[in-house]
Amino acid sequence: MSPSGPEVIRQIRASVDEVDPADVRAELSANGTVLVDVREEQEWNVGHIPGAQHVPRGYLESRIEAAVPDRDTHVVLYCASGQRSALAAHTLTELLGYRHVRSMNGGITLWKDRGYDVEVPHALSAEQRERYSRHLLIPEIGAEGQQKLLDAKVLLLGAGGLGSPTALYLAAAGVGTIGIVDNDVVDLSNLQRQVIHNTPRIGTPKVDSAEEAIHELNPDVKVVKYPVRLDASNVMEILEGNDVIVDGLDNFPTRYLINDASVRLGTPVVSASILGFDGQLSVFAPGDGPCYRCLYPVPPPAELAPSCGANGVLGVLPGTMGLLQATEVVKLIVGAGEPLIGRLLLYEALGATFTELKVRRDPACPICSRDPKEISDEETGVFPDYEAFCAAAG
Amino acid sequence: MAVTVKIPTQLRSAAGGETEIEVELDGATVGEVLDALFERFGELRGRITEDGSLRRFVNVYVGGEDIRFGDGLDTSVPDGGEVTILPAVAGG
Repeated sequence: MSPSGPEVIRQIRASVDEVDPADVRAELSANGTVLVDVREEQEWNVGHIPGAQHVPRGYLESRIEAAVPDRDTHVVLYCASGQRSALAAHTLTELLGYRHVRSMNGGITLWKDRGYDVEVPHALSAEQRERYSRHLLIPEIGAEGQQKLLDAKVLLLGAGGLGSPTALYLAAAGVGTIGIVDNDVVDLSNLQRQVIHNTPRIGTPKVDSAEEAIHELNPDVKVVKYPVRLDASNVMEILEGNDVIVDGLDNFPTRYLINDASVRLGTPVVSASILGFDGQLSVFAPGDGPCYRCLYPVPPPAELAPSCGANGVLGVLPGTMGLLQATEVVKLIVGAGEPLIGRLLLYEALGATFTELKVRRDPACPICSRDPKEISDEETGVFPDYEAFCAAAG
Repeated sequence: MAVTVKIPTQLRSAAGGETEIEVELDGATVGEVLDALFERFGELRGRITEDGSLRRFVNVYVGGEDIRFGDGLDTSVPDGGEVTILPAVAGG
């Protein structure tokens, strides 16, 4: 007659080397012992021993060599109580030829009872796994990339033509914190392109309107509202602490201001601008590439800077350019692909053409050629004679 | 030789509304390409140059490279090449 299950387990446990959590803890800090958690994924996600590898027992034979390639390595396995890890130790020793395998007695339960450290990883909830399932399916993002997006802080400068589509798609993508700087209210003439706002919210502050749309789309996202105009007195404080800054501003002085502040903070800026049927896009990453002043050392005069007065723009164009910005933001956060650093992308909608230009770092740049720590508040965003500039533009 | 010049939105009204202009010329530098362009569209001269030099806020690219980091107006342009004129835009 075959032995019962409990009898087999008893026999195997008797044949496997077992080790006390106190000894495991001492060994881990001392030498090259590898600790392997053989529990299921949901158990691992609740908390595991810091520094442990995770190889669920069901995948032991197929995955252990990736975690522990050398069969002479000292391996300690653990589970919840010490039973599954004993069975796994038996498999490693008897079937796979590992020579120094032990099972931790009492498992992580006893480890915790002793008051030893447990690491609780961020884990996606069941709802998040469903919401972001199409991200999880692409290896360039996956669960790790999605977690980076959820942990990321992105600051949008302007909730207008460019900021609207960018905010919507970054919210949908699960960027955890989206800051929005805009002191304007929603106007009927905005709605031809600013798709985050809507007709019932005309007259509402844009930051409130954007927050409402973002929360309806994705309650995971925290919105931080700045209903102010950026100036030299508040720019450093507002920009600090963000992982990526998205520039969709409608005027030159503020573009120079945020460039200088972002260089001082070392924060990348995904920058786009639009006019008529034309769009421009680039990523300014301090230290890795040129800055906005390297590309445009001085702003154009009023007659060539149609940004102070009212100007026409194809309503779809900020959608196209804003989503190219959102794409660069996601790439920067998850570390995928080639960001548009040192390159300027031009889109001309009438001809349906894209042109790529090189942007070089200017060794004489008044801002990014210097030690960021030496740039003072007084020098940040210096812009020649702006009042006269806008007065001339009418 | 023939060169294509790309005209930005802000300058199109001074260039017959065109987004791209084919320029035929005997020379081979950016300065000569621009002179040939100005012969056809005189208003562009003052918008792009000042006293014979490029205005500081106008970027000019040949084959995707900024001529400020090349030889300026003396940068050579190949037959069939593409010259892009680009002022900064701040619209958002």
